[in-house]
Amino acid sequence: MESPCQEIHGGKTMNDTMKKNFHDALRKGVRRDGRALTQFRDIEIEYGVSSTSHGSARVKAGNAEIIAGVKIDVGAPYPDTPDEGSLMVSTEMLPLSHRKFEGGPPGIDSIEAARVVDRTIRESKAMDLKGLCIEQGEKIWFVAVDLMPVSYDGNMIDLGVIAAMAALQDARLPKLDEDGRPLLEELSDEKLPLNELPIAVTVFKYADQYLIDPSEVEERAYDARLTIGSLANGHLCSLQKGGEGPLTVEDIEHMFDLGVSTAQDLRKHFQ
Amino acid sequence: MAVKRHDGRKWDEPRPIVAKAGVIPQADGSGFFKIGDSTAYAAVYGPQEFHPRKLHDPKRGVIRCHYNMQPFSGPGSRGRPGPNRRAKEISMVMENALSPVVQLEDYPNTVVDVHVEFTETDAGSRCAGICAAAIALADAGITMKDMVASLAVGHLDGEIVVDLDGVEEHHKGEVADIPLAVIPSTGEITLLQMDGVTDPKLVLNAIKTGRDIVAKVAEVQRQALLDRYPADSPQWKALAKKYTEAKQ
Repeated sequence: MESPCQEIHGGKTMNDTMKKNFHDALRKGVRRDGRALTQFRDIEIEYGVSSTSHGSARVKAGNAEIIAGVKIDVGAPYPDTPDEGSLMVSTEMLPLSHRKFEGGPPGIDSIEAARVVDRTIRESKAMDLKGLCIEQGEKIWFVAVDLMPVSYDGNMIDLGVIAAMAALQDARLPKLDEDGRPLLEELSDEKLPLNELPIAVTVFKYADQYLIDPSEVEERAYDARLTIGSLANGHLCSLQKGGEGPLTVEDIEHMFDLGVSTAQDLRKHFQ
Repeated sequence: MAVKRHDGRKWDEPRPIVAKAGVIPQADGSGFFKIGDSTAYAAVYGPQEFHPRKLHDPKRGVIRCHYNMQPFSGPGSRGRPGPNRRAKEISMVMENALSPVVQLEDYPNTVVDVHVEFTETDAGSRCAGICAAAIALADAGITMKDMVASLAVGHLDGEIVVDLDGVEEHHKGEVADIPLAVIPSTGEITLLQMDGVTDPKLVLNAIKTGRDIVAKVAEVQRQALLDRYPADSPQWKALAKKYTEAKQ
């Protein structure tokens, strides 16, 4: 049993002593796994890992592993966007992936992660939703991405965006029969209309230190975090502040720089 | 028996199997079992504190299985996430399939949680899940009397076959699918289900002839554990020491 930890809100947090020691170590630039404070774990991306999905990918970073699976179906467009397809990202923090997760309906951790990943991809306009329209006002492609943490070791949002984008890149549209009905088990050669590669990088603030890509244990002790979704041209496409600690404008400026430059490095891992 | 199978397999030939132990670093033990296009990940957490207390058994621990298919792991449209009646029933039969080999008396008042998730399924998922779970239990160091191996047997128009895939399950003629789990050393059956109209003699014959082939799957599971714990690994040495001490 990890005695310095106590259960709070169904998750685990550090007590004050452990947190202080942890902050002291960070001030000396020391992390549990020997990484520099702003060093992302080595990323491995594998495409096409689930034969039943219409696109899938596995992302590994240290002890963390996430599988993303895409299912595509024909649906009716929303009344306010009759010529646009739709995209949905969901996730569930699986009890399989870490002992701190419990079964049952998705908790706030899952919901936030899925919504921020969704927002980063949607708002980046990475996917041309108009290109997913089959028949205006009648039929559109509905793209659903599910993120499955296989082994949870922190930083779900950043890794989730990478896994989701890799799975979307891997995806193929199903074939349509003569009447325009989808043949969900026969894929065409047509890829999804993707034209950007948004990446999210969450910068965590611990007292006066900044850190990226925390492990599950490191995640227990942060004061504030800022997720920065950005594009290859350096523009931002989503933001999400988390944690109870406040941020100064100087913090935010520094975090933007870190987030955008780290995203550029992560982009190199894609095909 | 010269049954013609759509993928060219012999009647007694399972689909290609990949088995691994220790694939989920965060779990106490974990297993991976892929047979054809059915892929199961299993994680074991425990023995651990059991809530609520009223469920405690002071004589033995409890195995709790959780079977879950990812929304993208079925054919056709996206599946609805979360538990359903089918998943609950399969979880229960998996518990019954695994419990007989686990020395539950060693873990009174506790629970051993076994989470099984699927990233793709093409028939035989509960069997793949049991195989992955048995590897995960052993990887977690839970005391076991033997492995549990699982595979479906069945028949296509009266011809016995093992490990039916999705195409065979939807065979137009007569078909029966009989998921089995077997304790290899005793030949005892710990999972038995069937669907399809069938002559009882044929079912018995399928179970009897299929059982030994099912038991052979245990070799693949054992190899996965041997690959994770080679003879010079510290875990293996500790186990060997414990075993010699127990013998003395």
